[in-house]
Amino acid sequence: MKGFWHDAVEFFPILMSGVVLTIIVTIGSLLLSTVLGLIWAMMRVSGIKALSMISASLINVIRGIPIIVLLFYLYFVMPDLGVTLSALQAAILGLGIAYSAYQAENFRAGIEAIDKGQIEAAQSIGMGWWLTMRRVVLPQAVRIVLPPYGNVMIMMLKDSSQASTITVAELALQGKLIASSTFKNTNVFTMVALMYLTMSIPLILLVRHFEKRAGKK
Amino acid sequence: MIELKDVHKSFGENEVLKGITANVEKGEVVCIVGPSGSGKSTILRCINGLESYDRGEISVEGLKVDRDAPSIVKVRTQVSMVFQRFNLFPHRTVLENVVEGPLFVKRESRAQALERGRALLAQVGLAEKADAHPPQLSGGQQQRVAIARALAMQPKAILFDEPTSALDPELVGDVLGVMRKLADDGMTMVVVTHEMGFARDVADRVLFIDGGIIVEQGPAKALLNQPQHPRTQDFLRRVLHPL
Repeated sequence: MKGFWHDAVEFFPILMSGVVLTIIVTIGSLLLSTVLGLIWAMMRVSGIKALSMISASLINVIRGIPIIVLLFYLYFVMPDLGVTLSALQAAILGLGIAYSAYQAENFRAGIEAIDKGQIEAAQSIGMGWWLTMRRVVLPQAVRIVLPPYGNVMIMMLKDSSQASTITVAELALQGKLIASSTFKNTNVFTMVALMYLTMSIPLILLVRHFEKRAGKK
Repeated sequence: MIELKDVHKSFGENEVLKGITANVEKGEVVCIVGPSGSGKSTILRCINGLESYDRGEISVEGLKVDRDAPSIVKVRTQVSMVFQRFNLFPHRTVLENVVEGPLFVKRESRAQALERGRALLAQVGLAEKADAHPPQLSGGQQQRVAIARALAMQPKAILFDEPTSALDPELVGDVLGVMRKLADDGMTMVVVTHEMGFARDVADRVLFIDGGIIVEQGPAKALLNQPQHPRTQDFLRRVLHPL
């Protein structure tokens, strides 16, 4: 145990630099997946057949490809097509695209859960499609969508470790590098695990808060 | 003001409107009565474009009702609707519900919209509920807010789709009272209802609909007191004397 605290103090600064990248990847891909997910969901519920079909097939393609393959594609294949991305850019883009499919399905479920009478009431006072979405549907859907959205945040935090496969030196990769140079596997990976857990706990509490609020209605 | 010419409408195989021709004059109160499933609500929903129709023509003040044309917004701002289940926006306060249309559809100034919103709430007897949220209100109160929301659009006519059917019996009177006052003030109203007392006392004209056609129509008192058609007689007997 004494050895653990000694190692902890020694490795903490290096692992923290990994934590910073983990947070950057998580927040970046969370924002991207939210925006893309909203776009797919809006296309899906737009009532325009072509848009809804494009969105549905996009979602299926994205869902059908493992995140790691998507990352390899962006980082190793895109340069052959003349698009060179930094590892960090590729990681955010890949995770953002991968998760946009889940976000889209979540948003769509939230939108479709809104009573049809609400939409009719909005139409009956002359609101068009966009105004109905903005003023009536989305504000009510947010409440429904937030708990699963929080879960996606937790999953993204953990899946950001997949960025290590394309050389992003986030927490998991930093841990692996230290472990392979010091052979202190137990201590290092225990620390890595504890650091992920520390970041997850606030998110878990946040989800619980969202669920309580959604349950109130 | 509202004209329907030979309107047909099917839901799949099921033809619910089989040629409805009718018109509503300015300031007139028309009640539509008939058995459930007869197409009463569908007529209302076609008039403001919540439902499309297959054949015939509907126009409001000479403007054709076509739910796929941009002009539908103009129709809907002229013809408000009150729903059976109120359909208030639960995430907004009572006052916000009322001013939503004036502010965001008609783009009125905030001060003006709020002032009229409060006046309308006072008119339906709910001035003190302005800051409550709809789920905190009784059904009767919610429906009166819905009427205020419809009035806030300053419509030329209001469509009522069974406005008291979802209410506890002791709350029906408040809502009918507000509607009667509107009628007295000269509002053009089309009311789908099972409240025969209201139809007799307030309506100028009653249409009896059954099986997607207008079976009989006429001045309210005459039609309800001396129905001519056997189907009307049968329907009224059942409604007025259920035992």
